[in-house]
Amino acid sequence: MSPAIPTLSVEKLQTHFFTAAGVAKAVDDVSFDVYPGEIVGLVGESGSGKSITGFSILGLIDAPGRIVGGRVLFKGVDLTSYGREALRQLRGNRIAMIFQDPMMTLNPVLRIDTQMIETVRAHASVSKQAAREQAREALAAVGIPAPDERLKAYPHQLSGGMRQRVAIAIAMLHKPDLIIADEPTTALDVTIQAQILAQMQKLCARSNTAMVWVSHDLAVVAGLADRICVMYAGRVVETGDVDTILKHPQHPYTIGLLGSVPENVARGEPLMQVPGVAPSALALPAGCAFSPRCTHATDTCRTQKPPVFRAGESHLHRCFHPVERVAA
Amino acid sequence: MSTLSNILPRWTTNRDTRTGQALRGMFGRPAVALASLTCIALIIVAILAPWLAPQNPYDLAQLNIVDGRLPPGARGHLGHLFLLGSDALGRDMFAAMMFGLRTSLGVGISSGAFALIVGTTLGLVAAYFGGWIDTLIMRTVDLMLGFPTILVALMTLAILGQGVSKVILALVIVQWAYFARTVRAVAAVESKKEYMEAALCLGFSHRRALFSQLLPNCLAPVIVIAMVQVAAAISAEATLSFLGIGLPVTQPSLGLLIANGYQQLLAGFYWISVFPGVLLVMLVFSMNMVGDGLREALNPRLQK
Repeated sequence: MSPAIPTLSVEKLQTHFFTAAGVAKAVDDVSFDVYPGEIVGLVGESGSGKSITGFSILGLIDAPGRIVGGRVLFKGVDLTSYGREALRQLRGNRIAMIFQDPMMTLNPVLRIDTQMIETVRAHASVSKQAAREQAREALAAVGIPAPDERLKAYPHQLSGGMRQRVAIAIAMLHKPDLIIADEPTTALDVTIQAQILAQMQKLCARSNTAMVWVSHDLAVVAGLADRICVMYAGRVVETGDVDTILKHPQHPYTIGLLGSVPENVARGEPLMQVPGVAPSALALPAGCAFSPRCTHATDTCRTQKPPVFRAGESHLHRCFHPVERVAA
Repeated sequence: MSTLSNILPRWTTNRDTRTGQALRGMFGRPAVALASLTCIALIIVAILAPWLAPQNPYDLAQLNIVDGRLPPGARGHLGHLFLLGSDALGRDMFAAMMFGLRTSLGVGISSGAFALIVGTTLGLVAAYFGGWIDTLIMRTVDLMLGFPTILVALMTLAILGQGVSKVILALVIVQWAYFARTVRAVAAVESKKEYMEAALCLGFSHRRALFSQLLPNCLAPVIVIAMVQVAAAISAEATLSFLGIGLPVTQPSLGLLIANGYQQLLAGFYWISVFPGVLLVMLVFSMNMVGDGLREALNPRLQK
């Protein structure tokens, strides 16, 4: 582990939604650290609470949702105690976010330059000319050819990959300390996806930016992240270095996820599946949330919530019956 | 089919923008193209009235009572041609109409513009913040729209008294609600879209998010409403002036000109009321026509 102070440290975060149908524990006791220059992959199925974790960090949980417990430390300062205005000044400035679909997140009726200049001027009082120059540099930095022409374009005139590069450039405008990326490559072609991933890796390493990469795609995260947190039903069920998680997973859910990646199975063999669906956050099982779908589940699993077990130096999991190491 | 689109400058037709396509589609319809030309011509006449008019109808030194109630096409005692006749005081109706048009358009456009600013801002705020702010603004809108337009304007003027600025204020009070209701409906949809969430994640202040991100996405219906509401303001002002509680006699609008002549209508002096009436109808009709054309051009759902 790096001795430096983590850029982001999420401690026992709990975000609950108080709906008419009951309390939905979307994020329930999530902890992880991200150090400068490090990329942490937050992996899980739809509804596992990974996106809500991202929004909780930014303080963008709307009613009926609320952060009910835990802390979000950004460079050692607790963000959950911050006021609205203080959080607003952090967002887009020190902490940036990248979304899944750039077609939706870029304003359809504004030119790229207008949007970027507005973003610069939301946090820095500079002239339009200086802001425009900053925007041009940001576009060039994410590998956009002819940035001057792109600045004059509208979002619908750009390709999907180009739009996502613009979104990344907008996120990088203020050289943030932390980027939260919410499945930013899901909507792209694989070749474009690879280019964007490489670009992101380079940018983070160069500027020592910490990044949380939220994704359901384990293959993408495997190639990109330094560490992986596997989330299930609002909890981190297993976390560790990429190599450890990929080669020696101990939680049955992680193994199930890995088995669902087609390239990990020999041709002709049936794909492994995780049977069933993720439980509703409104009605979580009493014990381990994964127990109804787990082949190893025992009575203990069905009645008690598994605590955090330590399997290695930085390898943690929540399973009463971790799968033994298989010879790699 | 393409009547006007061939002679329009390149920037309106040949550009790969939505605006360009919309304008091309709009001017492709002969009726709308004609209405637009009429509007533009009338606006130019209104602006240039003091220089174009054959006489200043409100300079008493230029008037002569001997020339009173001359029929259209008659010549006055000094040889002045009264193209559209003259009124009881010997005013050239043609000149009077030019000045009346100037007043009518001025009042209509300025009250439309103020109503647009007030209504659009309140509509955006209502949709963006929601909650009790939304309820307060929109219930006020419902209340305003519940009263007949002319009744509210009458009451306002009864309290404020006469005058150009007071008429404008009365019309703004009546009309902001139309803008607010429309803008709120569009903005309510737009503010739920992801780009607004993204703006929030970029740390935009509410003011910046509202006016630089949300507003540009709500402009199309605002333009349409503005056109229609300016027309409505002009006819509302004409009604008020006709009833004698609108503009002062020193700044007569088309409505006042009509009022000026209607008592003599049955005595055979039809031109004093009818010509300003025809001009008023032409103005309001062509503005509504343009508004209609804009609505079809700017609404993607109506495009073939």
